[in-house]
Amino acid sequence: MRSTIDRAAPPTVGPPPAIVPPAVERHGLDNGLQVLVVRRPGLPIVDLRLVIRAGAAADAPERAGRASLVAEMLDEGTERYSAIELAEELDRLGAELEITATWDAINLSLHVLRPRLEPALDLLAEVVARPTFPEAEVRRVREERLADLARQRQEPRYLAHETFSAVAYGPGHPYAATLSGSPESVQNIGREEIASFYHQHFRPGNAFLVVVGDIDAADLLPLLDRAFGGWAPAMPMPVAPPDRPVARPSTIFLVDRPGAAQSEIQVGHAAAPRTTPDFFPLIVLNTILGGAFTSRLNMALREERGYTYGAGSRFEFRLGPGPFIASSAVFTDVTDDALRIFAAEIRRIRDEAVPADELERARNYVALGLPRQLETTAQIARTIADIELYGLGEDYLARFIERVRAVTAEEVLRAARSYLDPDHMALVVVGDRARIEEPLRALGLGPVEVR
Amino acid sequence: MSTQRAAPVRVDLPHEVHTLANGLRVIVHEDPSVPLVAVNLWYHVGSKNERPGRTGFAHLFEHLMFEGSAHAPEGMFDALLESVGGVNNGSTSSDRTNYYEMLPAHALELALWLEADRMGWLLPAMTQEKLDAQRDVVKNERRQSYENRPYGLAFETILAALYPPEHPYSWPVIGSMADLDAATLEDVHDFFRTYYAPNNASLVVAGGVNGAQVLPLVERYFGEIPRGPEAPEVQAPPVEAVAGRRLILEDDVRLPRLYLAWHSPAYFAEGDAELDAAATILAEGKASRLHRALVYERGVAQDVQAFQDSRKLGSIFLIVATARPEVPLAELERETMRQLEAIAAGELAPAEVERARNRIETAFVDELQHILGRADRLNLYAYYTGDPGFANADLERYLRLEAGSIAATVRRWLVDAPPVVLSVVPRGRWDLASSMP
Repeated sequence: MRSTIDRAAPPTVGPPPAIVPPAVERHGLDNGLQVLVVRRPGLPIVDLRLVIRAGAAADAPERAGRASLVAEMLDEGTERYSAIELAEELDRLGAELEITATWDAINLSLHVLRPRLEPALDLLAEVVARPTFPEAEVRRVREERLADLARQRQEPRYLAHETFSAVAYGPGHPYAATLSGSPESVQNIGREEIASFYHQHFRPGNAFLVVVGDIDAADLLPLLDRAFGGWAPAMPMPVAPPDRPVARPSTIFLVDRPGAAQSEIQVGHAAAPRTTPDFFPLIVLNTILGGAFTSRLNMALREERGYTYGAGSRFEFRLGPGPFIASSAVFTDVTDDALRIFAAEIRRIRDEAVPADELERARNYVALGLPRQLETTAQIARTIADIELYGLGEDYLARFIERVRAVTAEEVLRAARSYLDPDHMALVVVGDRARIEEPLRALGLGPVEVR
Repeated sequence: MSTQRAAPVRVDLPHEVHTLANGLRVIVHEDPSVPLVAVNLWYHVGSKNERPGRTGFAHLFEHLMFEGSAHAPEGMFDALLESVGGVNNGSTSSDRTNYYEMLPAHALELALWLEADRMGWLLPAMTQEKLDAQRDVVKNERRQSYENRPYGLAFETILAALYPPEHPYSWPVIGSMADLDAATLEDVHDFFRTYYAPNNASLVVAGGVNGAQVLPLVERYFGEIPRGPEAPEVQAPPVEAVAGRRLILEDDVRLPRLYLAWHSPAYFAEGDAELDAAATILAEGKASRLHRALVYERGVAQDVQAFQDSRKLGSIFLIVATARPEVPLAELERETMRQLEAIAAGELAPAEVERARNRIETAFVDELQHILGRADRLNLYAYYTGDPGFANADLERYLRLEAGSIAATVRRWLVDAPPVVLSVVPRGRWDLASSMP
């Protein structure tokens, strides 16, 4: 079909409008709890995120999974409510309470329609200040966790992730475990271990609360004072971030899954903490390597070769040196070639400066994508909480776009050379050993260790 | 604690509807508070429009839509959108295929140019190589999401048991490996000409845009694409009663899992909202009936879920429960049926209904926080009800629910009509499968 208009070139797009980041008001309650408020008129929704500054990094390896069990146990019974009564009360208010543990924090997220905020706040305060950890519920939750770990080990991706963490960090390092622990470590966690984590870390001075939504600070603060006033202050117990593990020469770790239709691949090593001054070059680097659809890994493995449904990479930023992981699931017969491509692409971005057009596209994708991260009250609460938790500075959002757009090809190259180390990688493959072991040995990327 | 029933929330999705001369329906929703724009295009074709021997084709075709068109060659689609900070994707269901871009509002024209080019000029750029490459990607998607995943083949096993083989809901959207292999370039051309015409699509533009400027842009890029033939009606044979169908699937799993599946009323038909509420009452949250009975009190299940999978030609109601190690699935089935019978017998407390209503109301409002969620809703209402402005009527379906109508619906669809029962068990452990009653 002929066209009557000129379609030959894409329409030109003008400069993007300025982004106005959410304005944060800071307050403090008498018991030391810091409160950050973002007013967001519009839909009648309020999101609260209460952050305790202690997470799985505080757990000894033999009790890995403790922080996540604390998170799970908080709403399993309080001084006033049983687990079921609490769930009924939340449902009655149409409120959602989600409690999760990360490496660095335990997050209590409450989502509620504005007219029902006040009673929902009482429930949040009850859960954070007066949990009882009933013995019977601890036993049940632990049994569920053990069965869940057994189930997860049937998932190739989980198996690859569990193996990757163990070999990339080595025995004794907190990051060598998974957040939910192992069947062995979970056996070592009882009511006493859960309660001791709680008493050590759940203090108003070791926490902060972010509130985002259709509410003024003037209306909110009296409600917070009433709800959280009974939460007793005490000296906070700061958790030191874990150190960098010892680097080991590149090794392929093969986990056998007889008859598997695909091989699950995870490649990488310990990398940078969230507080690194190289954060902006690193996120631009990752966008080019494996963080977007047009990234090098996805183009090479999916679009050019059809080996996979998708391939990518990420830096997991934590208080300590979280991992860099490149990953994919590829069909069995191309496992060795896929691994070769992973290694080659990681080398290439360290060896050659990225071309200007690729750099420009990646910078714009990250910088101009900021408004998509700030659409909902929950997204804003999570973003503001991360800025506070990692101490990124009050001007972080205001300067985000300019900082991303200022990243140069030299900075990307320097970041790649500082944080990517192809000679010291853990290359984990979960797949059909009978069909892939010999080709993997022939690759020359490192010795093959069967796990 | 005070019990306050707050005034019901109203959801406003102000919008304007226009139909171009070529039949493309255009819906514009303006919200100046959002710095983003969502472009959301629904083609009224899904796996229900496929024929046996070519299952999975609608979804394979969706992949080909990203591989370049006459003026936007391969690779340009994603590269251009990323360079303005935008994201894009598409999805295929049994009923429809959607494509979307979400990007800073000032870049709207770019998304319109790209969508129009693949609606009008896809075929000149289509090649055998593109078809072969995306066929490989989709086969890997099937391996990754179904074949290599524990319990991954359960749902297609259920579909085949619920529907006769000539019914278009009897096969999964992903299709079979053999049918994916059989797809030809000629199929691609036929499918495009039959289903990818402006008169078989609806376009939503939503966000921080000026409504008066949107329509001329849409007209400029889409207006000259010619109308296509009317898409053929789907011929679906009537569904039969499925009572007594029991299946066992061995898989590489540690924990046995029970699936119960029923035929249920079509999307927005009478009983559809009641079954959404029943699913919430049964399995949403710790206080739900099945969670309380199976997970909390008796400790026989690891988790339990229930859904009304609403569809155009008739829906599927599903209950899925994962047993604790070594627990026979008959125990889970017995307790589940007992709870369904209790609801049907009128044992539903008003407080349970209120909790379900409030949960649904919150989830409903949540989805509207995303501009893309709003855009997709407008298209969904336009397709399934004919009225893009159906949002408040939709919410109203839930807010007026009462124990009586839920009980009657559960009785008619879930108690009086026994389900397909699928037991997924660890290899060699047929003893754990449910053979009751």
